Amino acid sequence: MKKDLLLFSAFALLVAAAPQLFKGGYLMNVLVFVGINTMLAVALNLLLGYAGQISLGHAGFFGLGAYLSGIMTTTYSIDPWLAMPIAAIVVGIIACLIGFPVLKLKGHYLAMATLGLGIIIFIVFNETVDLTGGPSGLSGIPNLKIAGVTFDSDVKNYYLIWFFTLAVMLFSLNLANSRVGRALRAVHDSEIAAQVLGVNARILKVQVFTLSAIISSIAGSLYAHTMTFISPASFGFNFSIELLTMVVIGGLGSIFGSFLGAALLTLLPEFLRAVNDYDIIIYGALLMVMVMFMPGGLVRGIPALYRKIFGQRKGTGNA
Amino acid sequence: MEFNQILQYTLSGLSTGAIYALIGIGFSIIYNATGIINFAQGEFVMLGGLLTLSSLQLLKLPLWAAIPVSVAISTVVGVIFERLAIRPLRQPTPINLVIITIGGSILIRGLAMLVWGKDTHAIPPFSGDTPIAIGGATILPQHLWILAITLVIIVFNKFYFYHTISGKAMRACAYNRRAAGLVGIDVKRMVLFSFIISAAMGAVAGIIVAPLTMTAYDVGVMLGLKGFCAAIIGGMSSGISTVIGGLLLGVLESLGAGLISSGYKDAISFIILLLILFIRPQGLFGKADSERV
Repeated sequence: MKKDLLLFSAFALLVAAAPQLFKGGYLMNVLVFVGINTMLAVALNLLLGYAGQISLGHAGFFGLGAYLSGIMTTTYSIDPWLAMPIAAIVVGIIACLIGFPVLKLKGHYLAMATLGLGIIIFIVFNETVDLTGGPSGLSGIPNLKIAGVTFDSDVKNYYLIWFFTLAVMLFSLNLANSRVGRALRAVHDSEIAAQVLGVNARILKVQVFTLSAIISSIAGSLYAHTMTFISPASFGFNFSIELLTMVVIGGLGSIFGSFLGAALLTLLPEFLRAVNDYDIIIYGALLMVMVMFMPGGLVRGIPALYRKIFGQRKGTGNA
Repeated sequence: MEFNQILQYTLSGLSTGAIYALIGIGFSIIYNATGIINFAQGEFVMLGGLLTLSSLQLLKLPLWAAIPVSVAISTVVGVIFERLAIRPLRQPTPINLVIITIGGSILIRGLAMLVWGKDTHAIPPFSGDTPIAIGGATILPQHLWILAITLVIIVFNKFYFYHTISGKAMRACAYNRRAAGLVGIDVKRMVLFSFIISAAMGAVAGIIVAPLTMTAYDVGVMLGLKGFCAAIIGGMSSGISTVIGGLLLGVLESLGAGLISSGYKDAISFIILLLILFIRPQGLFGKADSERV
């Protein structure tokens, strides 16, 4: 835990200093997305990496947060700071209610059920045109404001988003190192063994699913308020897969790994502009290669690779 | 609501349902032999359609030759996929398998986008498009082709699984892989066979549906998922219950699209999927622990 906190402090300093290093510009805008994606990847990682429960529908919760915030602040003129927690609570209740039947399923069936859920939510975004604006999207979502400061530039948004991202990361690190985190890992390794040891696996799984959905919803609200425009295309099946890729590439069960995965997958398309539409091929190949050769993700794979190359074969090298 | 209209929706639902059934059986065969849900199943459907298109237009093959050629190429893709992605996997946990088959499906879809572009392509119907009137409703000759070919494949499937040595060996694997290995069945070979059969069936489904619905690099996603719904309704059986599941799904979807709203057509299938998974995860007709081949 101490090591994690130290690492976190260093990371937070780096995040705070980054705008000075990069002197604003286009990269700041990309880093805003890195922040949002990190939040989402951490949320999914709590569920997939720690509790071992897959979800292929997390883009749906992200979208629900974004649309609930968007609709409340535009159509009903509710203050964004009030809309965000309301959206999070609503999404939390939905996730909790769905969680009970969904999380009874295991492995492939769970994957398919969450996938179906994500697609149903996506279809609702597209079809409820009166509410969401349908495929052409919802525009005019107000920026967030604190004491006269409007978050309307890339640099301001950067600080806003990363404040939340760091909070989510710190919270998740604490959770992972707590009694709950150990219980989650026990459920991951063997649900039956965990239950025998007195962990209420069923409730715990629903709790972490709900928590994960709430974090995703907050990320969605922040996305809506920084972009000021949302459309269903951002919350489809492909984005759920992209989130999964981030978590797997970074490393299952590692909070910093989720940041690595999110950063890599957000920055990669920026550098691969030439291949724009074909970045999906790279995602597919990356997913396969990682699962085959580095099932522990970058955070464990790179140190193991380093040991392999430089000959110090001391570690167990589980990559 | 007019009777004719309901008849019309039911008839067209039956032929889409037959497609779902074929894809669903493909899912079940791999699942029963390996315990894997192959998320790349829909991509074989897409490959079947697009490869037929290329065989017809680039190689100038006649239809009767284009079909076997494209089925064969899709099957080769299935074999390569099994060899390169499934077999070498060191930690075949369900999550890893889900992720790797998703990776495979994205990769195949992406490569298809490179080869065929993003346009939607049409394939000519097998025997003209003069509608046939059936008691107030009309269907296209292609609908009949779909139903007939599906029927032939199901009969062939039944024969293979119950009357040939390798079919029986595959059923043995489905019961208990370890025990099958102990009595001398080459389980790895059976896994490969299951990928061959599933890829071929997926490709056939993609070819026979293409003249009706057109085809594009991304048709595999939805068709694959609907096929999976059919398999779930049928309790992951590679026999008649998945066929009934597919037909049921096709008809419900078609009626729902026609009578309620066409925008929610896809949502209907997924709501059915979720309900079945929540209430009867063993399938509509299954007993809690039933034979699954």
